[in-house]
Amino acid sequence: MTPARIWLRRNLFRTRFDSAVTVAVGLLVAYTLFRLVRFVLVTGRWEVVRVNLKLLLVGRYPNVHLPRVAVALVVAAAVGGVVAGMVRRHQAAAGTAEHRSQGLGRRAAGLLGRFWPVLVGIGLLLGLSGTAGPWLTAVGFIGAAVAGRIAGEHLPARLDPLLILVALATPFGLVAYVADGAGWEDWGGVLLNVFLALASMVLCFPLGVLAALGRRSTLPIVRGLSTIYIELLRGMPLFVLLLMANVALGFFVPPDLSPGKVVRAIVVFTLFTGAYLAEIVRGGLQSLPPGQEEAAKALGMSPVSTTFLIVLPQALRNVIPAQVGQLISLFKDTTLAGAAMGLFDLLDVGQVITRQGDFAGQRLTPEAYAFVALLFWLGSYTMSRESQRIERKLGVGER
Amino acid sequence: MIATRTSRPPLWRDVRVLKWAFQLAVLVAAVALVYVLVINVNRNSERLNIPTDFGYLDNPSQFPIPDSDFRQTQPVRDAVGQGLINTVRVSVAGMVLATILGTLVGVARLSTNWLVRSAATAFVETIRNIPLLLIVIFSYGSLAITTFPRIDEAWEPGGVAILSNRGVYVPALEEAPPFLGVVAVALLAAWAVSRWRREVADRTGTPSHGGLLATATAAAVLIAGWFAVGAAFDVPVLEGRIASGGLRISPELFAIGFALVIYTASHIAEIVRGSIQAVASGQGEAAWALALSPIHRLRDVILPQAFRIAIPPLGNQYLNLTKNSTLGAVVSYYELAQVTSISVGNGAPAVPAYLLTLGIFLVLSLVISALVNVANRRAAVVTR
Repeated sequence: MTPARIWLRRNLFRTRFDSAVTVAVGLLVAYTLFRLVRFVLVTGRWEVVRVNLKLLLVGRYPNVHLPRVAVALVVAAAVGGVVAGMVRRHQAAAGTAEHRSQGLGRRAAGLLGRFWPVLVGIGLLLGLSGTAGPWLTAVGFIGAAVAGRIAGEHLPARLDPLLILVALATPFGLVAYVADGAGWEDWGGVLLNVFLALASMVLCFPLGVLAALGRRSTLPIVRGLSTIYIELLRGMPLFVLLLMANVALGFFVPPDLSPGKVVRAIVVFTLFTGAYLAEIVRGGLQSLPPGQEEAAKALGMSPVSTTFLIVLPQALRNVIPAQVGQLISLFKDTTLAGAAMGLFDLLDVGQVITRQGDFAGQRLTPEAYAFVALLFWLGSYTMSRESQRIERKLGVGER
Repeated sequence: MIATRTSRPPLWRDVRVLKWAFQLAVLVAAVALVYVLVINVNRNSERLNIPTDFGYLDNPSQFPIPDSDFRQTQPVRDAVGQGLINTVRVSVAGMVLATILGTLVGVARLSTNWLVRSAATAFVETIRNIPLLLIVIFSYGSLAITTFPRIDEAWEPGGVAILSNRGVYVPALEEAPPFLGVVAVALLAAWAVSRWRREVADRTGTPSHGGLLATATAAAVLIAGWFAVGAAFDVPVLEGRIASGGLRISPELFAIGFALVIYTASHIAEIVRGSIQAVASGQGEAAWALALSPIHRLRDVILPQAFRIAIPPLGNQYLNLTKNSTLGAVVSYYELAQVTSISVGNGAPAVPAYLLTLGIFLVLSLVISALVNVANRRAAVVTR
């Protein structure tokens, strides 16, 4: 038998029952694919997405300030590239880097396999947009990422502390720069979802780590309070918390300090995700063998430096995949802010555009929802693939 | 002789004192935070002339709840009760269906059939990476009320169910309570038979045929009971534009239920797959070596051990599903969140109303966790 026939025998027609299943599932899959392809290429009326592309991406962010968003994207790509290059240099120095004996073609194929969802997303947006701005941004984005990666690998090691400082300060600088054009209460679309997710993640990280340490503390009051916080927030639905923040958060603060909607949403996401993150970090803390802490004690390290130099770095590294999983959840959950608080997030824009102007009453919701779903899917899928890659690299669970 | 110091260190360097001082400071800070929040609520409510107690529960609700006996003259208290019933209804049905679908897809992901494996993977990776809210809105706006046909052209698959944009009608059991008793008796009998066969098999080493005999027993009891009680299916009938009989599932309930089931199933599938793969590979190989059939290998060796691993994460999924059922509010399914936000819109004070809802969910979460813990303890390996 030819290899192809052996493959077919082994994977599709092993037994008579197997063959029947193959035919039945095959028909179902073929029909689904046929409907899907027909929808994308033939019946789908994508004009509604094309016309409202800017609304979907940045909401009502003023047109004159759009270059700020482009600049922010390019800078973020450059800094991300430099950090990636730096990490690579450290791995090379420590001898833990993967072998690079493969040729350029192999490497390109590997990169394509890793980042094809991002490239698909960029291609799609470029195909839909009719102006030069997105093209310039895309070229700048990819160019900056590649240049940053190469630069990061070849920069001298003594610049590293400076680079880390710059990398940590960049998100704050970029948010301030983009918010200078229009305050974040006026942001919308993808920009708002990404901002909500990143801001909440940055804020909930110290909260989650502190709560996890508190829950494992030997001090009964600290342990009790941390446990109460974690269990309370984990037992409550995020959607109801957001609804409550929308109408009742104003009651908990003095009237002149009442925050805007975006800040309210970030407060809720931070408190909620902090509780989940605390449980993840606690898992990481428990996975450490007690010998690590005992050895640090034997060396005469103080409890504080033991925690921050010995325990936390290892514990957090062990649970990177779970943390990325939480970030993905948070990214998807930012859509709730639109429904609960009336924020103009991506999903909300997707609903609004089918009801306005010429598109009203034309039943264009499948097109709009499909586009919104695709954007979320591209982001979440890329993140989960990258986290699996990190997991494999760290060899978690294999030692 | 060397003088040893037995006196305690000064207070500000005594570890025990420092520990308690630190805890006291944390406690004071926490109490102060709660105190400030309460003071603010009281002050703001007084300024706006809004009550902070639960007296609103006795006021008339001023809104009806579709698909229930609840009328707008009844107090808010009863509306919350009906909301709780609706939340529990969609959550429990969702748990059962999501577990079945998730287990099927999880096992399919490990199939030797390439097509089945790929289709299951595609399903999981697609649904898992899309926001649940989007699935809910899509199930409602694009499926339940626009793709399903109008009532006068409704689909009637097999003549036993009706699918339309006014709701889905499925057959319901007439005389349900007595027949449910028969079902309980059948299950008990099946359990007793399988236990007896297992005991015989353990003692004599002959094949037990427990599953077969238990199924036969249950079927016999069910058929006998069916005629004894005189139960029948109430099949929905469509006459012109009016459907009667059967059990009606409103488009809202269908949308939130369908979305919850496929979303949670995609997560459960991953749990099932991970648990099966986590069973030590030597167990399956030992089963091969003992020449157990593939079915026995899966049923008696691998699945019981995989189930043990899967219980805690499954419990988490059930918790998430219950909390996610609040998204029903987005499609106007009257569960707790929707009832609360409508009440608040009708003048109920926001802070107590939402605190009550959060409290109810806290209790629901505790109940589910307690049940999962019981299951977990019973399934755990007994060690020293």
